[in-house]
Amino acid sequence: MLTKEQAADVFDRIENLSSSDEVEVLFSGGKFALTRFANNTIHQNVAEENAVVSVRTVFGGRTARAVTNKFDDESLRQVVNSSESLAKVQHPDLDLLPMPDAREAGESPVPTRSVASRYFEKTAAITPELRAEGVRKIVGVADQHKLTTAGVFSSGESFEGIFNSRGLSRWHTQTSAEVSITMLAADSSGWQKANSPDVASLDPLRLAETAAQKAVESASPREIPAGKCTVILEPAAVLDIVGFMFWDYSGMAILDQRSFLTGRIGTRLFGENITIMDDVTHPRQSGSPFDGEGMTRKTIPLVESGIIKRVVYARATAERMKKSEYGNKVGPIEPTGHGFTLPNEMGEMPLNIVFAPTGNPQTIEQMIASTERGILVTRLWYIREVEPFEKVLTGMTRDGTFLVENGRLQGGVRNFRFNESLIQMLSNVEAMSIPVRSCGEESFDMVVPAMKVKEFNFTEVTKF
Amino acid sequence: MKHVANWALNAAASRGVTYADVRVIAHRSRSLTTKNGKVGSASDAESVGMNVRVLADGAWGFAASAELGRGAVEATAARAVDIAKASARVKREDVRLAPEKPAVAEWRTPYKIDPFTISVEQNIELLLRIDAELRSVAGITLAEANLNFSREEQWFASSEGADIHQAKLSTGAGYAAYAFAGNEIQKRSYPNSFGGQWQNKGYELIEELKLVENARRIAEEAVALHKADQCPEGKFDIILDSSQLGLQIHESVGHPIELDRVLGMEANFAGTSFLTLDKLRTLRYGSDLVNVVADARQAHGPGLGTFGFDDEGVAAQCMPIIKNGLFTGYLSSRETAHTIGETRSGGTMRAEGWNRLPMIRMTNVSLLPGEKPLSLEQLIAATDHGILMQTNRSWSIDDKRYNFQFGCEIGWEVKGGMRVRIVKNPSYSGITTEFWNSLDAVCSRDEWTLWGTPNCGKGQPQQVMGTGHGAAPARFRGIKVGSAFKGN
Repeated sequence: MLTKEQAADVFDRIENLSSSDEVEVLFSGGKFALTRFANNTIHQNVAEENAVVSVRTVFGGRTARAVTNKFDDESLRQVVNSSESLAKVQHPDLDLLPMPDAREAGESPVPTRSVASRYFEKTAAITPELRAEGVRKIVGVADQHKLTTAGVFSSGESFEGIFNSRGLSRWHTQTSAEVSITMLAADSSGWQKANSPDVASLDPLRLAETAAQKAVESASPREIPAGKCTVILEPAAVLDIVGFMFWDYSGMAILDQRSFLTGRIGTRLFGENITIMDDVTHPRQSGSPFDGEGMTRKTIPLVESGIIKRVVYARATAERMKKSEYGNKVGPIEPTGHGFTLPNEMGEMPLNIVFAPTGNPQTIEQMIASTERGILVTRLWYIREVEPFEKVLTGMTRDGTFLVENGRLQGGVRNFRFNESLIQMLSNVEAMSIPVRSCGEESFDMVVPAMKVKEFNFTEVTKF
Repeated sequence: MKHVANWALNAAASRGVTYADVRVIAHRSRSLTTKNGKVGSASDAESVGMNVRVLADGAWGFAASAELGRGAVEATAARAVDIAKASARVKREDVRLAPEKPAVAEWRTPYKIDPFTISVEQNIELLLRIDAELRSVAGITLAEANLNFSREEQWFASSEGADIHQAKLSTGAGYAAYAFAGNEIQKRSYPNSFGGQWQNKGYELIEELKLVENARRIAEEAVALHKADQCPEGKFDIILDSSQLGLQIHESVGHPIELDRVLGMEANFAGTSFLTLDKLRTLRYGSDLVNVVADARQAHGPGLGTFGFDDEGVAAQCMPIIKNGLFTGYLSSRETAHTIGETRSGGTMRAEGWNRLPMIRMTNVSLLPGEKPLSLEQLIAATDHGILMQTNRSWSIDDKRYNFQFGCEIGWEVKGGMRVRIVKNPSYSGITTEFWNSLDAVCSRDEWTLWGTPNCGKGQPQQVMGTGHGAAPARFRGIKVGSAFKGN
């Protein structure tokens, strides 16, 4: 993998090639491998290695970006030329700020905990043979239960870096490992997924056993009518649905009037038991501690006891917000270290979501035991926004949907379509588990609890 | 680039593979966007790399690298072989490939104007003119516009002797106007939502789309939606415009016919399919008027699924998928063709780029137009009571592709053959085969458009692919409307 020292050398070459007022260079890439299985067989097995250099130049308030994955002298000359040619024909952007220096990028009025290393040698050293061995064990569980399994076991190491002509240089390396397992029976299925920078914290066999148990126990699903009912959403289901609102926790989204929080900051929108932070330093979080301009990601309280407290800001967005009609209506305004790489039209968003634990956490088993009638949902699927201001989302349940009656699981039911307002959902949370690192397919990884939600709005039933 | 391919093929052969193919790819793209009178983003990108796919010990291995030097290429080939041998540790049977006569060929996307020759200034001026038109309408709170150009050059070579060079060019453009007022955000897009229209052709597409000419109307419709009534709930006859019908085809025909889904290969992520193998040539998928093809040939048009050869060297084909309502075919590959009794791949394997494995993807999955002349206005005139819906706003379907729900940006209630009022937040839902069997009218060729869907996600690691969908407006009887808003 590219090292910080090698990247610094490339940056020096680029800086010498550029005639721009300012130059910023992003580096990203790494090694990634994924072993994919289906029908109890490894059917796809891939590996890649890449490194990308992304050059932004500035001429008198005009900026643009060019990207290449070639590092020879001629390619670097071309990528600088492309960036400069694009930048020179832009209209000056009055909101564009000088690039941050190291001091600005790191300074924080609120002390920020440092991010522990997210690079684990054992994860980086995973071989195709080790992944195949892991898959063999998963297939063994499927065979034992007379099921068919499909899934992935992936591993990789990555780097992310930023250098600019005002002396900023930041670098982050990380490893990652992920296991996702679906177990299929004749008319039912079960699913589990987990990931971590540290492969030692993954337990593929336990995930396989849980997925298999769900497939077996949801066999011969009954059709029960759609309607509003109590649901118990496992953490992956919570993550996938709540993830659709975090694009809106952005100063730019407020300025653009495309956020459901427009005019709602400072108001109680959710139940008092909902508190949400963005915290890259959380031990169960992952990712780099700096944003697309190299600014340190600060820990930001987004929701406190159901009240919308703050949104996040890139540097330029914060300046615009201070001068806008919303300037005195949105709480503290400061660069929070959540900006995307420039130039962009979306501004920023929080990417390290952490739900605060409730004072009285309940296990999923306790939630089931306290439910007279409801539905246990393992996973949600194909979630899309139906209405942007009340945040009505639609989607399906999938891979393990159970009827709960009289405090016990009563077997599988056919999958439902929901049309649910996130505002309503987060106002109707009756119980939560201890938040855990979770991953799904519709949203980014978060630290979220399982939730018991009343009056969740199922509108249709499908045929399986 | 042939020497790069030969280094890889020789390195793989020396390690005892039974099959190998190599793709060397150079990709270039340009993306320009504007937002509320300013350039939102401006970027050029290039990515160059190669991959080796091998069969060893009866199992697949794949490795990719951005390095094109001999040492790196040979190491990548060796890595692919090692990976294949690891795959073979967990297999039930050897992979079988349908025979394919190795092609030696050259193919290029036909185009009139290379979009990369159009100056950035000219493009930005166009986007800003659109932006100004949109924001000249009182009530528009956000205007976004985009232009995208892409060129991919690919050299494919296989251990069987295939040697294919292809150069594909695609162009995309679109815009959206948002109106925020009260507690409501309404939006209209042109010529389609989520990026606009995309085709495999040159800058001539931009000139054909009449982007500026339609901007004011689109903005006015976005504002008008605030004063419109909510779309009624219940069972209605609905008429879908061709862009919405294109997405309906994508989700409820295109994905279910992917043979890898049917065979369970995508069960962990994209899902499976209700179209189990017993349904081939037995399932009545739709009414007699439903005729669907998967056509990758240039003759079908400049769709995002148009090419000369797929990414395992199989020539573009036209596959009948639904014929007069009867389900007749799947999208297949060399590995899967035998499972449906075919002796040749349907030629649908494509990869997102040099670092991704080819997989079964939709080509241009299109509903053929009605044979009798029928315009949209004539179809409306022939509709007693219904809802006309235009431009997708949300889409969702279950993982076997039975139950779907779509929302559209705008609707019109039709009564007595006339559009009587605009309705906001129109949506409809149903079960795939019930829906297609309710189709009772399709407009004719002059209303048919080959839409591009640039953002189809599938696979692990996920790949985004462009697909094409030809459609003309069509009418469906007795469809459930409005359940998306029931209870909220």
